[in-house]
Amino acid sequence: MVRSNFHGEFFIQGDIACAEGAIAAGCRFFGGYPITPASEIAERMAFRLPQLDGVFVQFEDEIASMASILGASWAGVKSMTATSGPGISLMLENIGLGMMMETPCVVVNVQRGSPSTGLPTSWGQSDMMQARWGSHGDYGSIAIAPKSPQELFDLTIVAFNYSEKYRLPVFIMTDAVVGHMTEKVVIPTPDKLNVLDRKYTDKKPQEYQPYDCKNSMIPDFAKAGDGYRYHSTGLTHDHRGYPDMSEQCQIQLVNRLIDKIKKNSSDIILTEEKELDGADVVVVSYGITSRTVIPAIHTARKKGIKVGYLRLITVWPFPEEKIKKLSEQVAGFVVPEINMGQVALEVERCAAKNAVTKLVPHPGGGIHKPEDIVKAIQEVAHAK
Amino acid sequence: MQNNKKKHHPMEKFLRMDRMPHIWCPSCGLGSIVTAFMKGLGKAEIDINKVAVVSGIGCTGRVAGYVRLDSYHTTHGRAIPFATGLKLANRDLTVAVISGDGDLFAIGGNHLIHAARRNVDINVICVNNFIYGMTGGQNAPTTPLGAYSSTAPYGNYEEPFNLVGVAAAAGASYVARWTALHLRRLTDSIDEMAKKKGFCFLEVVSPCATVFARKNKGGTGLDLLKEYKDRSVIDHSADPQAIPLGMTNEIVCGVFVNKDKPTFWENVENGTSRRVKKEKLYLKDIKIL
Repeated sequence: MVRSNFHGEFFIQGDIACAEGAIAAGCRFFGGYPITPASEIAERMAFRLPQLDGVFVQFEDEIASMASILGASWAGVKSMTATSGPGISLMLENIGLGMMMETPCVVVNVQRGSPSTGLPTSWGQSDMMQARWGSHGDYGSIAIAPKSPQELFDLTIVAFNYSEKYRLPVFIMTDAVVGHMTEKVVIPTPDKLNVLDRKYTDKKPQEYQPYDCKNSMIPDFAKAGDGYRYHSTGLTHDHRGYPDMSEQCQIQLVNRLIDKIKKNSSDIILTEEKELDGADVVVVSYGITSRTVIPAIHTARKKGIKVGYLRLITVWPFPEEKIKKLSEQVAGFVVPEINMGQVALEVERCAAKNAVTKLVPHPGGGIHKPEDIVKAIQEVAHAK
Repeated sequence: MQNNKKKHHPMEKFLRMDRMPHIWCPSCGLGSIVTAFMKGLGKAEIDINKVAVVSGIGCTGRVAGYVRLDSYHTTHGRAIPFATGLKLANRDLTVAVISGDGDLFAIGGNHLIHAARRNVDINVICVNNFIYGMTGGQNAPTTPLGAYSSTAPYGNYEEPFNLVGVAAAAGASYVARWTALHLRRLTDSIDEMAKKKGFCFLEVVSPCATVFARKNKGGTGLDLLKEYKDRSVIDHSADPQAIPLGMTNEIVCGVFVNKDKPTFWENVENGTSRRVKKEKLYLKDIKIL
């Protein structure tokens, strides 16, 4: 299969880099609905997929878009959709179906100011908890937060790899700043890309059970049309994929949906760390905010405060152990985010016994002023 | 002795026998509809391994769980877009959506009309029992004016949808209506749909003994089935817009639309193949800025 038939250095928009990352990862089905600030991803896919024998469909709404990428995935094609807050709200039921049926696919959320219609052309990071808990019920979730167009290319490939490996819809949680930002993006030659192809079961149809997890937490995949004639449902189901309304089946299934992410979190979690050794204060950030904290950290260091930098590349699963360990060493954490406190709650939960957590909230429509972050760093340092 | 022989269900090749007995009520129309579906596929002589069934939620939504095919029991109302993704990602598949009137025309109504507009090559079988069965007899977008349901205790005051009229108006290539007692014609329609390109829609008027009959003094399921049969007339030339269903009027059955027009994918191929360069792409073809 032709993955990405060009490479080089380009000056491109984040949304387009995301689409190109998906194509490089082997995505050949895109179902979507226009929404600012994510429309450029759909536009790019509409242009590119026909060149590569892929399928682009603009659906009647985001509900259909999400349902369609699940169907395409079961037909054996890597699939993606892209939207923003209001669209994600509509997709959530079928995202839950994807979690329950264990369907590999990627959902991009180019976050904007919210709630409701909010700020369509401006930005926010206020859907972070929605990516963790949005669809009803308990399930493990993976969310990746790129900070640049380059990362929108690179991490879209990572998102596809995770979705294939752990069989679930994976969120890319970017925002209108990164999505609409134009920067240098290096697209490597196909042989330099680390792309995980879907692994299909090697069992024969008569031996195959679609949700048999005897040997691992992730069941073998069989696609439609290959003679397996299996059943998959959004109802609580047993190893055969058959509905089973028993308490025991529910306990087993829900625990596995959570554990397959939780127990593999060390394989999934990606962070970037700078000068954490000996730090008194650690600034925890993700996405666009991780770029606003840099001048604040420089200023605070000039003032003599030992400040470390921890960037969450994957926000979910949350790096609990890392925060717990750091909390034993530092006076506190400063968590700037373009919402009124979401990821800060997780930092606080993990640090509670040992260190303080200072949220620097911003409701959206702008980004933090470095001086607000400096002020928070000083407060935490002086509280020591 | 003949009696010592283990009795086989005539449809066991096509059913998940390890899931029997099914959850449907005695005298529900769904059993014979599933039989007609499998017989229709057999008649069409298509590779059963290449058939996928997608259902939504409700009594009819459970069909996907009983047929021994690649089968997906999805969310309420969303079977059609799921099926659209499945079909377009693997165009060798024959994809059938089997769901109820509430699933396809209330919560999923928008998907139905848009899939018909696009003429996606899927077959939609809508089992219309005029009521929400699974949840206990609430009003449906098909409940006739004046009929009783648990959410219309004084009688239904909403004008119902005429399903074949909606499907035809939205652009379906094939539109038919039968009752659950028209087994031979139902089987023939499923055979025709399996072979036909484009969006095919089949309404099957089906008795719901447990809630619709009980709330509307319709007697047993068999009484209801007989009533539907007696009320039905076959008229292939009928205008699908002119044959809404009610409590007592004629149930006009037939194949009302059977036309050939380009499918969604044929339009994609015809429209883009001339304009898209696929062989070797150069940077100028990528239009990267």
